[in-house]
This record gives sequence, C-alpha cells and structure tokens, in this order.
Amino acid sequence: MFEAVNLELTAGQLLQIGGKNGAGKSSLLRILAGLGQPDDGEVLWQNLPLTESDFPQNLCFIGHLSGIQPQLTALEHLEFWQAAFGLAPTDGYQVLATLGLAGLEDIPCQLLSAGQQRRVSLARLWLTNRPLWILDEPFTALDQSAILLLQQKFTEHLASGGAIILTTHQPLTQQFPAAQLLELAYRW
Amino acid sequence: MVMFKAAFVREWRLLARQKADWLNPLMFFLIVLTLFPLGIGAKPNLLAEIAPGIIWIAALLSVLLGAERLFKDDFRQGVLEQLVAAEQPLLAYVLAKIVSSWCSTALPLLLMSPLIALLLGLDSAAWLAVLLTLLLGTPLLNLLAALGAALTLSADKGGILLALLILPLYIPLLIFASAAVDQASLGLDYSGQLAVLSAMLCLALALVPLAVLKALKLNVG
Repeated sequence: MFEAVNLELTAGQLLQIGGKNGAGKSSLLRILAGLGQPDDGEVLWQNLPLTESDFPQNLCFIGHLSGIQPQLTALEHLEFWQAAFGLAPTDGYQVLATLGLAGLEDIPCQLLSAGQQRRVSLARLWLTNRPLWILDEPFTALDQSAILLLQQKFTEHLASGGAIILTTHQPLTQQFPAAQLLELAYRW
Repeated sequence: MVMFKAAFVREWRLLARQKADWLNPLMFFLIVLTLFPLGIGAKPNLLAEIAPGIIWIAALLSVLLGAERLFKDDFRQGVLEQLVAAEQPLLAYVLAKIVSSWCSTALPLLLMSPLIALLLGLDSAAWLAVLLTLLLGTPLLNLLAALGAALTLSADKGGILLALLILPLYIPLLIFASAAVDQASLGLDYSGQLAVLSAMLCLALALVPLAVLKALKLNVG
C-alpha cells in the first residue's frame, strides 16, 4: 500500500499522520498498533520487534470504530474498560463530568449523539495509565470545546512522558509546535 | 479474575437488554419439540422411542442459533480490536462469553427438561438421563459454538458457514448422548456414555478457549 515510511517516536512526542482520504492512514496505524503486518519492513518498540516486546501492555488504541455498545450506558463502558486495563475502580462520574457528560451517565449510548458517543469512547484516555496512545481520527464529530479538552489532555500526557500517534485533518502545529508530521501521499 | 467478572456482568447487561438474543433460541427449541408429537400423531410409543434424538437435535440447533451473536457486535463495534491490540485479558473475556452463553441458552433447556419429558412421553428414568446428558453435553455445545462463532467472525454470511463447520463436530456428542437416554429408557446402565461425555467435555474445556482466542486474534489482525 505504501512504501518508504520511516519514522521514530520518543517519549513526550506527538506524531500526526496526514494524507488524503484513502492514502492509507488507518492501515498504517493498524500496523503500528500491531493489528496488521507490513509486507516489508518492521515496527520496533524499544528496539525490539512488536511481538517480542511488551508493546501491547503499553498501548491504548482507539481505532475508527468507537468500541461503544449501543445498549450499554457510559458508566458501564467505563467499568468494563477499567477492568480491561487492570485499573482499580475510580469514580466514573468524575471522568464523565470532565468530558461534559454529566447527567448522561446512565443513559444507553444509542440515545447519545455521535459527538457524545465519541466523548464516551475517548473517556478511556482519562482512565488509562499507558504511555503510548494510537488514535484514529480522535477529533471526528467533536465540538470545539471537546476538541480543546482533548488537546489539553494531549499536552498533559506528553508532558508526563507519554507519546501519541494520531491521524487527523485538524492542524495541530499551533498547539503542538514540536509535533512530527508524516504526510502520506499517492505515488503512481 | 477482575476482567472475567467485568466481562460477565457486561454480557448479562447486554442479554437483559436484548432479550431476543436468548429468547429466540429457547422458543425455537420449544416449538421444534412441540411439532414432533403433532407431526407423528397419536403414537406415544414411537414418540418415546425417538425422543432422545429429537431432544438432542433440537438442543444443538438452538444453541447454534444463539451462537452467531456471541462475538459479532464486539467485532463490528471495534471492542475486539481494542482488546487484542492493547493485550487486555482476552482469555478471561472469552471464558466469560462462553459461561454466559451457557447460562443464557443451555441452562433454560435444563430447567425445561421435565416439561419436555412430559411432552414426549418419557418416563422418569429417561428424564434423568436427559437431564444428565444435557448437563454434561450442553457446555460442550457452547464451547464448540463459540469456536465456530470466532472462526466465522469476519465472514459476511457467517451463520450458514458456522452451522456447516460446527454441526459435524456435534456428531460424537449426539451419538453418546442419545445412546445414554436410550439405555436409560430400557432400564440399562448408562454410566459408560456419561463417562465418555465427561471426557469430551474436559478435553474441550482445556483446548477450545485457547483456539477461540487464536481465532479472534486472526480475525482482528
């Protein structure tokens, strides 16, 4: 699909993958997340191939599928993710209130709007303590306030030594001057 | 263990909110069993004679009917890929799925077995055999159905493929379970058949969850 992709990411860095629709952004993310195999070349985590390293335990992956079950409530999603990440139960109401979902904790997610569902999906970032985040179009369907909130969360995460790889069409260079940008382009 | 509990609770909530998922297979089971006496007519002896086979075929078809949904929603909504990518305790998740599917599809069959025995004119010895074989055999049905569901996850029309894949694997179970009930209705000892069923169940318990795990990873990757 693509060739000559060469990149390196260290702690505290943000990598933005750009490119037109269909350029292969999501496919590249899946390969980076270990969900797909490259035809050629390799992905290393701390100088070890993904399969031989403890990479999966360091990853929080949110792909273009939200992972939201329409029949479950926001709070029930949080409960499940906490168990999945092996975290001690924290106050789900607090996290959801931060995300502007106060009052909507006990409503099945199918009744929430697309943007609100996206917020529930992103709540994982407030729960997890994993250093590497791989996010596919995290800003989709979010309103301006949620985008700002998410960017603040990114800043905090980077400041605490985390790393982020994401795809988005949103320009990020203003908030994150140090961000690396990888532009995927067609080559016929 | 934490993950098992969380996944199990989650599954129960989903079942409680999507009742068709577990009620449909049960209704199907009951209706198939009701059709047989009607179709065969007033021949109680013949009915009691073929009852073990009928019960078991209806049971395995109804378990199969409920199997397709097992991982489908989680696959479509991206829950599985997140679990696989971030190496979250997938085995606990798989076990929770299998246990909850047994509780929702097979446990009601066990509870309904006295009614079924009445419907098909089985005596109490044969009913006990039905109950015991269902107890040992249905977990095996659920395990294999989960494997089929995991293997056919990314197939578009997975339902038929699932049936074709899994039904042949049910043959040994069907043979030994109906043989046990047959023996019981003749007043003979059927502990041998039960032992074979237990052995098959132990083998499946040890191996199938791992195979399901691998199949899920293959389908997501």
